[in-house]
Amino acid sequence: MPQSAEKVLDHAPLFREPEYREMLARKGREEGMPLPEETKKVGEWTKSWEYREKNLARQSLVVNPAKACQPLGAVFVAAGFEQTLSFVHGSQGCVAYYRSHLSRHFKEPSSVVSSSMTEDAAVFGGLQNMIDGLSNAYTLYNPKMIAVSTTCMAEVIGDDLQAFISTSKQKKSVPEDFDVPYAHTPAFVGSHVTGYDNMLKGILEHFWKGQTATPGTAINIIPGFDGFAVGNNRELKRLLDEMGVEYTILSDVADQFDTPSDGEFRMFDGGTTLDATKAALNAKATVSLQEYCTQKTLEYAGTFGQETASFHYPLGIGGTDDFLMKISELSGKPISASIEKERGRLIDAMADSQAWLHGKTYAIFGDPDFVYGMARFIMETGGEPRHCLATNGNKVWAEQMRALFASSPYGAGCQVWAGKDLWHMRSLLSTEPVDLLIGSSYGKYLERDCNVPLIRLSFPIFDRHHHHRFPVWGYQGGLRVLVTLLDKILDKLDDDTIDPGVTDYSFDLTR
Amino acid sequence: MTYDEPAAYENDGDLHQRLIAEVLAAYPDKTRKRRQKHLSTATDVEAPATEEAAEPLTECDVKSNIKSIPGVMTVRGCAYAGSKGVVWGPVKDMVHISHGPVGCGQYSWSQRRNYYIGNTGVDTFVTMQFTSDFQEKDIVFGGDKKLEKIIDEIGVLFPLAKGISIQSECPIGLIGDDIEAVSRKKHKETGTTIVPVRCEGFRGVSQSLGHHIANDAIRDWVFDKKDVEHDTGPYDVNVIGDYNIGGDAWSSRILLEEMGLRVVGNWSGDATLAEIERAPKAKLNLIHCYRSMNYICRHMEEKYGMPWLEYNFFGPTQIAEGLRKIAAFFDDTIKENAEKVIAKYKPLADAVIAKYRPRLEGKKVMLYVGGLRPRHVVTAYEDLGMEIAGTGYEFGHGDDYKRTGHYVKSGTLIYDDVTAFEMEKFIEGIRPDLVGSGIKEKYPVQKMGIPFRQMHSWDYSGPYHGYDGFAIFARDMDLAINNPVWGLFKAPWKKAA
Repeated sequence: MPQSAEKVLDHAPLFREPEYREMLARKGREEGMPLPEETKKVGEWTKSWEYREKNLARQSLVVNPAKACQPLGAVFVAAGFEQTLSFVHGSQGCVAYYRSHLSRHFKEPSSVVSSSMTEDAAVFGGLQNMIDGLSNAYTLYNPKMIAVSTTCMAEVIGDDLQAFISTSKQKKSVPEDFDVPYAHTPAFVGSHVTGYDNMLKGILEHFWKGQTATPGTAINIIPGFDGFAVGNNRELKRLLDEMGVEYTILSDVADQFDTPSDGEFRMFDGGTTLDATKAALNAKATVSLQEYCTQKTLEYAGTFGQETASFHYPLGIGGTDDFLMKISELSGKPISASIEKERGRLIDAMADSQAWLHGKTYAIFGDPDFVYGMARFIMETGGEPRHCLATNGNKVWAEQMRALFASSPYGAGCQVWAGKDLWHMRSLLSTEPVDLLIGSSYGKYLERDCNVPLIRLSFPIFDRHHHHRFPVWGYQGGLRVLVTLLDKILDKLDDDTIDPGVTDYSFDLTR
Repeated sequence: MTYDEPAAYENDGDLHQRLIAEVLAAYPDKTRKRRQKHLSTATDVEAPATEEAAEPLTECDVKSNIKSIPGVMTVRGCAYAGSKGVVWGPVKDMVHISHGPVGCGQYSWSQRRNYYIGNTGVDTFVTMQFTSDFQEKDIVFGGDKKLEKIIDEIGVLFPLAKGISIQSECPIGLIGDDIEAVSRKKHKETGTTIVPVRCEGFRGVSQSLGHHIANDAIRDWVFDKKDVEHDTGPYDVNVIGDYNIGGDAWSSRILLEEMGLRVVGNWSGDATLAEIERAPKAKLNLIHCYRSMNYICRHMEEKYGMPWLEYNFFGPTQIAEGLRKIAAFFDDTIKENAEKVIAKYKPLADAVIAKYRPRLEGKKVMLYVGGLRPRHVVTAYEDLGMEIAGTGYEFGHGDDYKRTGHYVKSGTLIYDDVTAFEMEKFIEGIRPDLVGSGIKEKYPVQKMGIPFRQMHSWDYSGPYHGYDGFAIFARDMDLAINNPVWGLFKAPWKKAA
């Protein structure tokens, strides 16, 4: 008997026991599955150039995409405002999905309500659902603001949020002066980064519309959709405080997705205050850390005479340099000596480790800005980002990536794959292999199929814990990314040389 | 006391009634009226016991399977989740297309832990996300042409796929696409099994209608469509409604095989299309998750005269009862075998209880789960000396609550489609030692200082079915409750104050 009370075996070891192996073999013979030879043959074919060409020729089918839909981004960005509850108008299953998705990554609560529209609402519209829903959410959860976005159901039937919210207020669902910003976030347009942009713009419009800006000295900073937001936003604030910059983070989820365990469940914690959001109208400039999360928002900020600038997920040396120099230019505050020292320390570490990183080849996937920032840092380490893929990347992004490749000798031979998915990536990795894969947990199937070590540095990370609590932005964040790369490389070298009497000669104590 | 004796504990029904009154008081009037029908406590059955052995202990009288109320933070999912996520998704040698925008497939990708053996991407496809990734033009002009193309592309790139299912997302039914026509046309062209499923998320009130629609799709698009070659035997059974979460179906199957039965189909964890197709040729359907698959069992009974039997493989008390109930359907050999199996595993079950019961005795549990677990796991906890203070279903129906009466004691708090607000208040009021629910509930509960286990995914552990699974279940409940972290919540300087 494989199981015992003394040493309880769970799934991983249990099904490797002989009783289960035999049982599974018996089942296998009766399943009507293809013969092993056939599976092997087809399996090998799926890794061929011929297959790659057929795969890349796909026009309609999408397999293992690295993107989600708009409302996820809307829910994420709304979570970064003080005591704000997201209310997603449409089918309720969607909301269950966003909440689960965010909780699985952050290992944190994610509180969002739905207007729970069903078939009758599909026919008659969801106005009554909005009226009841706002009233219930307001009464039960005591939010300061309710941010309304939409599922594709509500978009297809054409529900009008502005009219619905105003009717709900007339019906006293929430007080007349209660803040209910909204954004239409159709899942069939763009991706979660688009939803971030739309909802953020919706929130700013709610507070800024019809106002006249009086430009001041503060800078608005928009972090963008970021799985590492908890660590990154705190690092960002530390850097800005170090420089003495006057700033407002627009949507700061750091505390909302990192509440303490002390016996109290905080449905809301931290976030950009509503007052600060109103006041952000009078900023000197609005700076986005992720261009593709904020295109409409920045344009909107620009209409108030604010200067705008955007970056591509600033990590590593050049990315951080550019960002800090821009902040310095806008704020008139010099980059402090302490930060300059941090820069020197990251470079010191890179120099110490350069031999292990130089010439390593990578595939990178994720959101467009992440892929850009990551590829840029990889090239700074002497690595080559051979395949750069963003399912939600467009042609403009592809051009930006090509320009980035052209800026460094390490970009020669690197390719950009805009709009492609991870099943395309499988073909790329099996025909043109690389040393390391950087992306999200979804990359683990590529790790298995293509035997390429996966480094988890992008949303979502479901199968490793707490990475997001540490920053990857700034020079200090760069250090963490550097260590992550090195650990993977050196762990793999140890794994490859751990066989005594066979490969023990390279199992070095000091490297 | 051993698990052979009934659990003896009482629930504080008065406290539970007070808690219900308190949460209801917080609602706006209209919502209060609707919610109060979903909250209750189990009451003693007053009817005199009949000769029937399975007389319920209590009555759990709540309204269920009714629309969720907007804005209250229901935990429920949708029909798509019920069909793609639960029923169809685990069928391993088919490609399941999430038809519509990208999100639904993305969020449900690899999240139910339906274990299977196969070469993923070559002959099996469960942990992959196939989507038609609808764009605005597909909404405007319709997606049928795109769907045809997708089916062609699957044919080229995944030649070993035995079939395709089309899992409709919300827009499909709203824009008037005819996925049935596409399926018929493509089936005619290719001969491949193609199953259109009308599980748009807005249909029904929860996952539940999705299960039903998915069951109907098996009836309408799989059964009796081909000549099925299959050598039948006298002991052929199907296991229905075991999704092999963390390997549950395997730790169940091993027992059924040991008692001499031949499991010809497992629906749908680790299932192949062939197992679905040949199911009507078996002698008996054994149904574990009644909620999600009773429909197809009833159909097979009607159409093929196949009987079906509900059983419960959580915890030694129920496993033994289940094995005997199943064996009773067969000849003496099987009946004797069942006794042998029970005897063989008794030392394991006893050892597990001897080890863990002293650590878990008297601990109070609150459950809030999906299909069968709000009742099915009750006895497993009681086998460990634990007490069920409250339970409820995300998407149960009246027949589920009726069956729950066979498990829970008088005074047990019963909550249907509970809201986040209610759950938090109930937990605060009862202060259970453990909550078993889902990922959305896990972190709020833990922050309150209360141990938690996800009872949908087994919290990345499992299996929990069968005797082997019971050992893991006991270990997991112990490690959740008795971990030192719960004692660290209060800072010492605050304790002193």
